[in-house]
Amino acid sequence: MANDIAIPEDSVGIVSPLCARFDTPLTLKSGAVLPGFELMYETYGELNATRSNAVLVCPALSGHHHAAGIHADAPKNTGWWDNLIGPGKPLDTRRFFVIAVNNLGGCHGSTGPMSINPDTGKPWGADFPVVTVEDWVAAQALLADRLGIDCWAAIIGGSLGGMQAMSWSIHHPSRVRNALVIASAPKLTAQNIAFNEVARQAIITDPDFHGGHFYEHNTLPRRGLRLARMLGHITYQSDDLMAEKFGRRLREGGRKFSFEVEFEVESYLRYQGDKFAGSFDANTYLLATRALDYFDPAHDAGGDLAAAFAPATADFLLVSFSTDWRFAPSRSREIVDALMRNGRNVSYAEIESSAGHDSFLLDDPHYHAVLRAYFDNITV
Amino acid sequence: MTALDGRIDYDVIAGWVSPGARVLDLGCGDGALLRHLQESRGATGYGVEIDIDRVIAGMKNGINVLQIDLEKGLYDFVDQSFDLVIISNALQTLHRTEKLLTEMLRVGREAVVSFPNFAYWKHRVAIMDGRMPVSDRLPYQWYDTPNVRFFTIADFEALCEKLGIAIRERLVLDDAGQPVQDEPNFLGSFALYRLGGARG
Repeated sequence: MANDIAIPEDSVGIVSPLCARFDTPLTLKSGAVLPGFELMYETYGELNATRSNAVLVCPALSGHHHAAGIHADAPKNTGWWDNLIGPGKPLDTRRFFVIAVNNLGGCHGSTGPMSINPDTGKPWGADFPVVTVEDWVAAQALLADRLGIDCWAAIIGGSLGGMQAMSWSIHHPSRVRNALVIASAPKLTAQNIAFNEVARQAIITDPDFHGGHFYEHNTLPRRGLRLARMLGHITYQSDDLMAEKFGRRLREGGRKFSFEVEFEVESYLRYQGDKFAGSFDANTYLLATRALDYFDPAHDAGGDLAAAFAPATADFLLVSFSTDWRFAPSRSREIVDALMRNGRNVSYAEIESSAGHDSFLLDDPHYHAVLRAYFDNITV
Repeated sequence: MTALDGRIDYDVIAGWVSPGARVLDLGCGDGALLRHLQESRGATGYGVEIDIDRVIAGMKNGINVLQIDLEKGLYDFVDQSFDLVIISNALQTLHRTEKLLTEMLRVGREAVVSFPNFAYWKHRVAIMDGRMPVSDRLPYQWYDTPNVRFFTIADFEALCEKLGIAIRERLVLDDAGQPVQDEPNFLGSFALYRLGGARG
């Protein structure tokens, strides 16, 4: 059956998710202890003999381990960063061994709120401990140990994924040679936390949320998740892009003087919201937005971002996008500044793009040329 | 500029770079100068460039390149954090000349500035003939030039005087890349300066 699927030459092709089980307790930043956990991951390309060509892909808010290629049983479900990863692509799997993970607290197979809490025999639900970027990195480091990867050639991530790359460079400096931090920030602004809070409140106040234990009630806080995603989508795009994509166009004919879906943009948001609400876990959404809120490496260094980066030894690439107002170019510049104060090797590109925060997932030619140039110069 | 001229300029600048110096190269283009300084002087540092294609070229050249608009200043560079701040053949493309020169010597202990001399005799002849000069050093038509400031060796030195910038060394080259001793503002087509703060 798989033979019937037309696979482009620059695709990693059919991939199978893998699962790593860890039975040693993991103490989280909050002090809570996970007795054990599983991480889902995928790999693309081959680890070389000296184990020097491994690249870790860190997921953003709704990302997971399926970053490239297709699954044999779902040929249309292409990985979320497939335009970047593959033979001949900027992150070239002919040179690099690429690993993508689903983080702790996720909803794509790694241990998270939907998993069974061994203490109760029921799904964790809202009782799943709050996880931080540092906790994710700690779990990823255990996975690297398991796979025999002492030092990553590179760690790349966009948005929340970029925060993981930064955290690796600070907490495991000897284990990362290059950190590629795309459309990210050294910490969220109050406005950004505020957006997350509205999204969380939409979920938590949905009557079907049941305090996070909705699985037991055989229901989903669908309305809340939908609103959270609609809000997110607005902030991930730019005013210009929405004007270009939808403008004030009506779906059909004239105004109906109703509150039904009339404008194209309403239709789009509802579609995106519905799609997400049917496929993503509400508790995971709460956890991931909280991880975003809490990320603040400078906080542990007296408020000084440069001091926070003092342990880092990696080379860095920072990329931002001109119309990204949720993780604006000025936020990337703060990181560049802190790295320069430490004398680190750092390059920075500010890509002209109309697509807002979502640009980091697109294949803008300049953006991908920057990534290609950077990856090509990494020795393996 | 021809490739040969470029190398002569680079060697002059390299001679002003102490081994292992920390260098900031403003308007670094494809990074050839910074790479030359890294290889010949063991310098480290960053190139600054606004044009994305040149940013990509710089990355391919293996230098640290930061895509920053120099017209907005060097606001997030720390005082005296570089041994040398260079602007090679790019000052004439920027509007805020005074601000930039001042900023270069805030951020760096020394500055290197190189630029085409608008008062070079061939340029004067062109003007006398009623046309804007087009030459090896000013290889653009008036309607497509990236240059926005047209100044001479005499103009530049007057500005340094006004800003309290000390000229520590000067080298003027002719079209063949040979040093010019006499009448530099007439016979020289390209000038390089090593600058310091007046009290520096």
